Amino acid sequence: MHLHKLEKIWLTFGIGALIVFLSVIGVSAFYLGNKPPSCLTTINPEKVDTTKPFNKPGLHKVEGKDWDYELVFVASAFFYDPGAVKVPLGAKVKVIATTKDVIHGFEVAGTNINMMLEPGYVSEYTTTFDKAGEFLIVCNEYCGAGHHLMSSKIEVVK
Amino acid sequence: MVDSKAAKVKVNPSDAKLSMAHFFVAFSALALGGLMGLLQTLVRSGKWELPWGIDYYQILTVHGVLMGLVLTTFFIMGFQYAAVSRTTGGHSNAARRTGWIGFWIMLLGTIMAATMVLLKEASVLYTFYAPLKAHWIFYLGMTFVVVGSWIDGAAQIMTYARWRKNNPGKPSPLLSFMSVINTVLWIVATLGVAATVLFQLLPWSLGLVPTVDVLVSRTLFWYFGHPLVYFWLLPAYMCWYAIIPKIIGGKIFSDSLARLSFILLLLFSIPVGFHHQLTEPGIDPAWKFLQVVLTFMVVIPSLMTAFSLFATFERYGRSKGATGLFGWFKVLPWGDARFTVPFIGMAAFIPAGAGGIINASNQMDQVVHNTIWITGHFHLTAATSVVLTFFGISYWLIPHLTGRKLTKAMNKLGIIQAWVWFIGMVFMSGAMHIQGLLGGPRRSAFSTYGGAKQAAEWIPYQIAQAVGGSILFLGIILVIIIFVNLAFFAPKGDEEFPVGEAENPEEKAPMVFENWKLWLGITAALILFAYTIPFIDIIQNAPPGSKGFQTWNKW
Repeated sequence: MHLHKLEKIWLTFGIGALIVFLSVIGVSAFYLGNKPPSCLTTINPEKVDTTKPFNKPGLHKVEGKDWDYELVFVASAFFYDPGAVKVPLGAKVKVIATTKDVIHGFEVAGTNINMMLEPGYVSEYTTTFDKAGEFLIVCNEYCGAGHHLMSSKIEVVK
Repeated sequence: MVDSKAAKVKVNPSDAKLSMAHFFVAFSALALGGLMGLLQTLVRSGKWELPWGIDYYQILTVHGVLMGLVLTTFFIMGFQYAAVSRTTGGHSNAARRTGWIGFWIMLLGTIMAATMVLLKEASVLYTFYAPLKAHWIFYLGMTFVVVGSWIDGAAQIMTYARWRKNNPGKPSPLLSFMSVINTVLWIVATLGVAATVLFQLLPWSLGLVPTVDVLVSRTLFWYFGHPLVYFWLLPAYMCWYAIIPKIIGGKIFSDSLARLSFILLLLFSIPVGFHHQLTEPGIDPAWKFLQVVLTFMVVIPSLMTAFSLFATFERYGRSKGATGLFGWFKVLPWGDARFTVPFIGMAAFIPAGAGGIINASNQMDQVVHNTIWITGHFHLTAATSVVLTFFGISYWLIPHLTGRKLTKAMNKLGIIQAWVWFIGMVFMSGAMHIQGLLGGPRRSAFSTYGGAKQAAEWIPYQIAQAVGGSILFLGIILVIIIFVNLAFFAPKGDEEFPVGEAENPEEKAPMVFENWKLWLGITAALILFAYTIPFIDIIQNAPPGSKGFQTWNKW
C-alpha cells in the first residue's frame, strides 16, 4: 500500500499533535489532580436519609481535612435539599451529593461543578468558591415531569 | 466506453423495492420527528405551550427515537443494501428474503415502541434512563428493532460472502466492503444495548426481578451509544470516499487507504463508551482516561479521510486547469446537488469534530456535560454532516431505484434545501453551543428556575433556537417535497448510481483487509482490554439495586 509523501507529513504532524494533546490531559488529570468526579463510594439508595452525611444536608465546617467545609446535598424528584445555601467567599468546599430515587444531574451553572447523581452512588467534587454572587444549581439529567423545575442555589458571600 | 457501461449498471429491481421500503419508513420518521423537533424549540422559547395535554418529554422521546434510531437505521440499511446490490451484481433470493424479514421485524418493533410512547407509558427518552421504568412492550419493541437490524444486515453479509467465494483472491468492491464494515460495527455495538434490554430492563419491567443495577445498564448502553454515532457517520464517509469522486468526475485518491480508515474506525469506535460517563461516580478515573485515549485514536482515520477528500477535489480541479493555491475550489460542480449538499455536510464536520474533541476530553467535558452544548454538537455531526449527506445520496438513489430522473428544478430545490438547513443550523446549533457554555441544561422544558438571573440569560438563546428550529422545519418540508417527487412524480428515466474508481486501479488493495478473523479478533481484544476490569469492578462493588420509578406525566 502506497502512502503519498504529503499524506505522510500530514499524518505525522496529526499523530504528533494527538500525542501532545493526550499527554496534556493525562498530566492534568493524574499529576495536577483535575480528574472528573469518580468517588466510587456506594450507599443504599433507600436509606439515604439515615446515612451519614446525608442525614444532615447543608454546609458543615470541618477540621483537619484538606478542605474547610463539606456541602451535602440530597436530590430526589424534583428537589434538592437544601433548596438554597450560603457559602463564604474563598472557602475550599467538598460538595457531596447523592440521589434517593432516579438519576439526577448536579450542575452549578457558571462553575466547573458538574456531576451525575446515580442511585446507590455518592458523587463528590472539591472546589474553591472564589467568585462572589448567586450560582444556580440545575438538574441537567432527565428525571421526569418536573425535571426543568428542579433547582437550588449557592450564594457565595463575603 | 467502460465509463458509460458502468453508468448503466442498475440495482436489481427486486432489491430496489426493499431499499425503497426502508426509505419510506426513514422519510416518514424524518417528517414526524422534524415536527417534534420544531415543537420542542417552540416550547423552550417560552412563547408557546403544547396543546391537548401533550407532554414536552413525550415529544422529546419521540424526536430522539425517530431521528436517532428509526430514520438513521432504516436509511442506512436501505442505502447499504442498495450499495451492496449495485457493486456485487445483486442479492440472491435468500439474501433478499432475509432482508425483508429483517425489515418487517424492525418495523414491528418501531410500531410497538411508538405506541407505548404515544400512550405516555415510555417517556424515558431513547437513552432509557433506568431506574425510570417504561412499559415492557417499549423494551420488547426496541429489542425487535435491534434484532431486525441484525437480520437486515445479514443480507448484506451473505451477498458479500457469496461474491468473495465467486471471486477468490480478489479484493471486494469498495462500497460492499465499507457496507459490511459498518454492519459488523453495528452488530458488535448493539450487543451491549441488547444485553441491557434482554437481561436487565425486560425482566425488570415484567416484574420478574425487583431491582436493576443502574450503572451496569448505563455502561452497557454507552458501550453501544458511541459506536452508534459511527454507524451513522460511516455511510456518509462511504459517499464522501467512494461516490463523490465519481459525481465530480474525479478519482478515488486511494482505495487501500479508504479501506484502512474504515478498519481503524471499526477498531476504535467501540471500546470508548466511558467518555459519555466521565462525570459518573462509579467508574475508576484511570479507566475513564484509558477510554479517552482510545476515543482519540479515531483522529487518525479522520485525518486520513480529510486528506483523501481534499486531495480528490484538488486533483480534479487541477485537471480542469485550475491554478493557484485554491483555484481548484472554484471549479468544483457547485450547481450539482449530488455534490453540493454532501459538501455542506462535510464542511460542518470541521467545527463538529472540534466540538467532539472538547466533549471527549477528561476535564473540558465537565464544563459542557449534559448542557445544551452537547445537543448543539450532535446537531452538527448527525443532524448536519450525516443527514445532509443522506439527503445528497437520496437525490440520485431514489430516482435510480424508482426508474426516474432528478430534474433541474428538483436539483435546484435540493441545493436551496441544503442552504436553508445550513442557515437554520447556524442559528439553532450556534445558540445551543453558547447557551451550553453558560450552563443551560439539555433535555429540559422551558423554565425560569424561580426567576434566577443566570436562567434569564439563557432565554434569548432559546428564542434563537426556535428561530433556527423553524427554518430547519422549512428545510424538512422541502426535502419531503423532493422525496415525494423523486419517488412518485419525477419523469421516467435512468439516474446513475455513481461508483468511484481508484486513481491507480492497478494498485490492488492488500488482501489482509478482508481477513475478518484478524479484525474481529483485534476488535474483541480492544473491547476486552478496555472493559473487562472496570466492568468486573462495577459488578463487584455494586450498591443495592434500584426499584423502578415512573416520574413522568401520564395520560
